[in-house]
Amino acid sequence: MTTSMLPDQAGAAAKAPGVPVEEEEREGPLRRLQHFLHSHPTTIPAFVLLLGVVFFSLAVGHRFLHPFNLSLIIQQVTIIGILGVAQTIIILTAGIDLSVGAIMVLASMVVAQTASHNHVPAVLSLLLGLLVGLGAGAVNGLLVTRLKLPPFIVTLGTLNIFIALTLLYSNSASVIGQDIPALITATGATFPVFGVGVTYGVVLMLVLYVIMAFVLGRTAWGKHVYAVGDDKEAARLTGISVNRVLVSVYVVAGAILAVGAWIQIGRADAASPNAGADLNLDSITAVVIGGTSLFGGRGTLWGSLLGALIVGVFRNGLALAGLDVLYQTLAVGVLIIVAVSLDQWIRKVRS
Amino acid sequence: MTISEDRRPTSTLPFTQPVLKATGLVKTYGRVVGLDGVDLELYQGEVLAVIGDNGAGKSTLIKCLTGAEIPDSGEIALNGKQVQFRRPQDAKHHGIETVYQGLAVSPALDIASNLYLGRELRRRGIAGSVFRVLDTKLMRANAKAELDRLGISTLQDVTVAIENLSGGQRQAVAVARAAAFGSKVVVLDEPTAALGVRETNQVLELIVRLRDEGIPVMLVSHNMPNVFDVADRIHIQRLGKRAAVITPKTHSMTEAVAIMTGAASA
Repeated sequence: MTTSMLPDQAGAAAKAPGVPVEEEEREGPLRRLQHFLHSHPTTIPAFVLLLGVVFFSLAVGHRFLHPFNLSLIIQQVTIIGILGVAQTIIILTAGIDLSVGAIMVLASMVVAQTASHNHVPAVLSLLLGLLVGLGAGAVNGLLVTRLKLPPFIVTLGTLNIFIALTLLYSNSASVIGQDIPALITATGATFPVFGVGVTYGVVLMLVLYVIMAFVLGRTAWGKHVYAVGDDKEAARLTGISVNRVLVSVYVVAGAILAVGAWIQIGRADAASPNAGADLNLDSITAVVIGGTSLFGGRGTLWGSLLGALIVGVFRNGLALAGLDVLYQTLAVGVLIIVAVSLDQWIRKVRS
Repeated sequence: MTISEDRRPTSTLPFTQPVLKATGLVKTYGRVVGLDGVDLELYQGEVLAVIGDNGAGKSTLIKCLTGAEIPDSGEIALNGKQVQFRRPQDAKHHGIETVYQGLAVSPALDIASNLYLGRELRRRGIAGSVFRVLDTKLMRANAKAELDRLGISTLQDVTVAIENLSGGQRQAVAVARAAAFGSKVVVLDEPTAALGVRETNQVLELIVRLRDEGIPVMLVSHNMPNVFDVADRIHIQRLGKRAAVITPKTHSMTEAVAIMTGAASA
């Protein structure tokens, strides 16, 4: 409270020391809004998404709301949505993972190549991909906890390492869909929902969101993820094994990225070693626009899905409006700045 | 939430076995000597205050006794049995709960989650054992009951996030957590440092209430009037050693300060 005390208030406080001055009653509408957003963090992304959908429906008309277009948006959002799950749990611990895209591509190349070149059964190939995801996550987690390096630096390093490993392993060659078993590309197959084509990959993504939202909100592990991101030392003194939580978060993220690899192969109907190393920034964008704080301990998983949808809707709507792709990038940039500024403002809430 | 038998110590030193006994604790940080062979005894149902100047080793002593730091040498015994704490969890498992200076609470989590942080209760049956679902309802009910038991009336809604509470209320949450789970010993490091007069009195009342329930309390504080208000015995720490153990009945505040600063010996 920056306003100085009124004379009568100051007198009362002097007479009765320790009696708290009632400030709640004096809150302006802006502070009440701040408090509301503080306790309901997904309100803003939900509102922005609604705003975007309404705006583009009016501006671009039926082409935007056409089932084919909606189906396109959802499919475009799927990969970022999946990466967003992994990125969210890491950012909740006040970390960041620049290698999410690279891990996913590495896993997808292992799945596609073992299945096509080495004739490994499809299920086994997928399991190998899962192992790669788990292993890559464990490497990140162990580097963060054992060497005590900042996650930004660790994953900047592993980003380059995983990209190089992918190119070495694949000889920089893609694997086309017809060489890959049907089970692996099945994630790209569609089925109609109210006339909108939905892929099995989208279903898989939604299932992952439901599972992880449940784990974050309803299990002790979820609480500990938030506690570690909130205040690491406090979590340690409370008796939480901070390092164990951190390593497990990176390992779980790796497993999620392996699922992402499966969906990516289906969506592209191919596995390319050059696809998606830049997806790390898109996933961070989705998480940040979704209201999760980069300082950790605050945010929701569903916000990240909304964030991914917001980026998808804006990109798609602006493209349909006939604007140059540069304006899409510009819009996403503005969204990020606005989202982080709002987060800063909301974090200032103190009673 | 065990309540031990209500046994108050007499003003003279009790002849019973100490609940917590430390012998010859040494802790160095490079060339800096934090603890230089400290002894300490804490008896059933007493409030033992630990006072000392800045750098006398109060916080280091507390940290060694609660597993936050590992002493270089020396022994710690709990009810006569030697113990070794390598992590805060180890001390907690032995029933020693600590409220650290600067509060070990998570601001974004609510009161009930903070009370149960690190020892969450899971639902009965498959939901809890296989799917590890938390019993949020039970934890909230228990948290509410515990706050009521301790007479903390200012915290009615246990679903409020810690960051929305005042300093005194946060402290009350931290003390309540220690009181709820500290079956053998409750340690408070500067619990009233950031509090107003009324809030300080509430915390002091809590300390006395715990003592009356038979739980020995160790209180680290700079605040002499507070210490002389609630302490049964006072451990004076000076230059990494125990300079003296006095009682508020035998010594005055001025004498305590004199021993603390080295102006007088005990």
